[in-house]
Amino acid sequence: MLLRLEPRQFTSKRMQYASPLIAAVLTLIAGVILFSALGTDPVVALHTFFVRPLTSLYGVGEWALKATPLLLCAIGLSVGFRGNVWNIGAEGQLTMGAVCGSGVALAFWGDEGPWLLPLMLFVGVLGGMAWGAIPSMLKNRFNANEILTSLMLSYVAIQILGYLVHGPWRDPEGFNFPQTRIFGDDGILPVLLEGTRLHLGAVLAVICTIIVWIFMSRTFQGFKVSVAGQAPAAAAYAGYSRKKVILLSFLVSGGLAGLAGIVEIAGTINQLQPIISPGYGFAAIIVAFLGRLHPLGIFFASLLMSLMYLGGEQLQIHLNLPLAVTGVFQGLLLFFVLGSDVLVRYRIRLISQPKEA
Amino acid sequence: MDGSETAINIMVGTIRAGTPLVFAGLGELIAEKAGVLNLGVEGMMLVGAVTGFAVTVLTGNPYLGAVAAIGAGMLMSLIFGGLTQFLLTNQVATGLALTIFGVGLSAFVGLSYIGTPIQGLQPVAIPLLSQIPIVGPLLFNHDLLIYVSFALFAVVSWFMFKTRAGLILRAVGESHDAAHAIGYSVVKIRLLAIVFGGGMAGLAGGYLSLVYTPQWAENMTAGRGWIALALVVFATWRPARVLIGAYLFGGITILSLHVQAAGDAVTNAMSVFPEPIGRWLLVIINSSHLLATLPYLATVVVLALISRDATKIRLNAPASLGRPFHPGA
Amino acid sequence: MTKLKSWRSLVAGLAVVAVAIAAGFGPARAADPLKVAFVYVSPIGDAGWTFQHDLARKAIEAKFGDKIKTSYVESVGEGPDAERVIRQLAADGNQLIFTTSFGYMNPTIKVAKQFPNVTFAHATGYKRSDNVSTYLARFYEGRYLAGIIAGKMTKSNTLGYVAAFPIPEVVRGINAFARGVRSVNPDAEVRVVWVSSWYDPGKEREAADTLIANGADVLMQHTDSTAVVQAAQDRKVYAIGYHSDMKKYGPKAHLTASTHNWNQFYIDKVQAVMDGTAKSDDTWGGIGAGMVELSPLGDMVPADVRKLVETASADIGSGKLHPFAGPVVDNKGKTRVPAGENISDGDLLGMQYYVEGVVGDLPK
Repeated sequence: MLLRLEPRQFTSKRMQYASPLIAAVLTLIAGVILFSALGTDPVVALHTFFVRPLTSLYGVGEWALKATPLLLCAIGLSVGFRGNVWNIGAEGQLTMGAVCGSGVALAFWGDEGPWLLPLMLFVGVLGGMAWGAIPSMLKNRFNANEILTSLMLSYVAIQILGYLVHGPWRDPEGFNFPQTRIFGDDGILPVLLEGTRLHLGAVLAVICTIIVWIFMSRTFQGFKVSVAGQAPAAAAYAGYSRKKVILLSFLVSGGLAGLAGIVEIAGTINQLQPIISPGYGFAAIIVAFLGRLHPLGIFFASLLMSLMYLGGEQLQIHLNLPLAVTGVFQGLLLFFVLGSDVLVRYRIRLISQPKEA
Repeated sequence: MDGSETAINIMVGTIRAGTPLVFAGLGELIAEKAGVLNLGVEGMMLVGAVTGFAVTVLTGNPYLGAVAAIGAGMLMSLIFGGLTQFLLTNQVATGLALTIFGVGLSAFVGLSYIGTPIQGLQPVAIPLLSQIPIVGPLLFNHDLLIYVSFALFAVVSWFMFKTRAGLILRAVGESHDAAHAIGYSVVKIRLLAIVFGGGMAGLAGGYLSLVYTPQWAENMTAGRGWIALALVVFATWRPARVLIGAYLFGGITILSLHVQAAGDAVTNAMSVFPEPIGRWLLVIINSSHLLATLPYLATVVVLALISRDATKIRLNAPASLGRPFHPGA
Repeated sequence: MTKLKSWRSLVAGLAVVAVAIAAGFGPARAADPLKVAFVYVSPIGDAGWTFQHDLARKAIEAKFGDKIKTSYVESVGEGPDAERVIRQLAADGNQLIFTTSFGYMNPTIKVAKQFPNVTFAHATGYKRSDNVSTYLARFYEGRYLAGIIAGKMTKSNTLGYVAAFPIPEVVRGINAFARGVRSVNPDAEVRVVWVSSWYDPGKEREAADTLIANGADVLMQHTDSTAVVQAAQDRKVYAIGYHSDMKKYGPKAHLTASTHNWNQFYIDKVQAVMDGTAKSDDTWGGIGAGMVELSPLGDMVPADVRKLVETASADIGSGKLHPFAGPVVDNKGKTRVPAGENISDGDLLGMQYYVEGVVGDLPK
């Protein structure tokens, strides 16, 4: 007896909704086993992980706050992924966005006005775009694999940030510690909800998501990207330029990652420091796939991912469970969600006579 | 201390620093040649490191530890293999998830082993050969795993270029549809390649926890898994270049440390260059951060250069890298 | 080290913890315990910066018993996450919160504003407010003593120093070490290798091997792992640990370790909060205050050296000896502190030059 996958003619609507549920059930089962093995009441642990972070207004604010950079990066990446363009360097583009936008804030430090914030955001987006443009040009000109170049450039970006905060951009009044000055008030994103840290960046993220949604489903350019991904031969036949799709994908994803970076700085950190992201750019790749590259799916996936970070802290604070447990649990959750998605595109058949391959 | 002794020291240090990269790089090379991009190397290395260490503590035998490290890496890669080959998940996302899982799992398993000292693998001098001046200390006075890494290189090279199985492996990575049409089991071959890659990543982790710094500490790989990934590309999927690249990466690190230990000789050396080149070089050398960008930038440049010539890249790069395969698709 | 032993001790340890927890939740508690929380930048591990803070956390638990309840969060990133964790701890009713890494400075100040009734103490920072104190130890005093031992034990007159990043805190330690060395051995020199990471066992090991290859026979470190001590043990040279006693990683190599002891400071802080007398202040204690100590010296350290260290330690503790008593001359020959004066705390905090005895240029 063998399990066999058969591709579906159309993606299954039923499974689109059922597969996340299957993943959720599997995760809960795994959670019960894991936490029981640790001698913790699994119901309490799961409640602490998934529910407790959201029991206050502040908690909900944090939830959305942490989802913001994930959503911005993932929604941008999804454009390229649909077009079969593999930008996995969002972390670097996020970093360069933060660096460039912060550069503006530092350049005009002490001499600012209400124009500063829009300028920072704009330059941040440009920074991300520029960093994203490099792999796309290497791909278009030299045919260099963009997965690898964009990944390598991420590490370069992180080191450049390190160089700047340890060196030329160090706060002159900061006892030579590796941090820049704290931005003036005009360089800080306004808070949306009193009593939380939720700032304007979250709104920007949602607006960007809607724009990308419209772009991909309602515009001719978006259509071209999708065709290029799903039917490259057809796209070539129709005369769509593959190079344009690649460049466009990288500019969109790079720009949005750059926005995520400067929003994170202007919204919460308010200065540059050696580490500004706990890997949002990489996590966003997973988010994009969790959300099946669909804007609405990505929206929910970014909230799920954000909740996983918050839940891990709660387990530590309230149950004294080590951080390591959270990592294991997160990994399992991701495997289940990724794995159960196969049901959307394929049906599983039991066949009794194994065919020799 | 004379010059030749220092040079030997640097080279021995280079081989030791490069060895984990040789293991992980050659493993990933085989996987990528089969068309599979597994970004979970860092996670597999960590799980290999902690398992190797734990088994050594429990049995007192570091050789068993090394074997266990391989086994742990293989098991980790089977998760990846099962998801990507049977459930057809995206390789990039799955690999990243594997790293998240591996970081957590290794920390979790390692909780009870933090701070336990062990007797790591000791150097085994090869009789007679190790007595040869210069060559002896350089090649024949190492721990067993370094000899294994030399052998692994030879085996992988032979396998890829001289055996039928190697040809099939490359064919699968080149065009899975064509390979399937001829009658090869793409999924089976890829799974084997993934498991080999996992085992070698596990051994790379084991090298760190059993030989290099015989201890377990969370995240002790400190990014070497990612460097191994870069290395495979840098090497344009050629085993010999993986070996050279690993020692080059290791050598740059060791050399830059030696340069520091030597004091301000470098500043003076830079004055050989005309202004402003000498000054720029000094800025880079004096900034550990800018120095750290060089391996990555070099990889990007090499990739661009080798990819430019379409026929050349076709000879080396597996065309189906990262693409999912399903017989009916 | 046998397997059974380690398993047994683990099980025994867990049982003790379980009993302790059961006892903690046992009957008849007089009043609600004072909740004290700690924010750590790395995993606790078995040695290092965070480990020392956690030792002190256990010390206050031992001291105050069921009058307090402690909790901690480990591996908290030095960005937006820190603010959330600190705030959460404050909102959960912790009355005293220790934030133990430099990067928590601005988040601590921010959260403290929203929770005026909670007492905060931030390690290594320079910003204070009504309810935020800062604290730091004069680690350099321990480095100076370590330098005396190293200067006496070296035969090659070359000492190796594995360092993380060229920030003043680290530079100060290198200089204090060099001054300790030079106080007993004017011919010795200190060679520094930067590894650009607080924690990378592999690279720390490489740096240690490199220094040994360049003639160093006593190693000192300002990084977080135990790899340097291990390297010294393997290559049969001496090493001096940092943060924690690292003897078990290299019993033959480990001369001593310059360690931190936060126990008394934390006990005093808890007591002050209990008494309602806590106020915002800056603590920068050294050997005199017991915040900096040398771990027990190894057997290889001869009696005359022990004597020297004891005397210097007593003199530093009493204020008679300052590791940076003038003249302080940098390694380019410029006098930084004139004879007859001690260096000011301000100059110590911003130190960005090497003193005599350190080889090379300080990276920018």
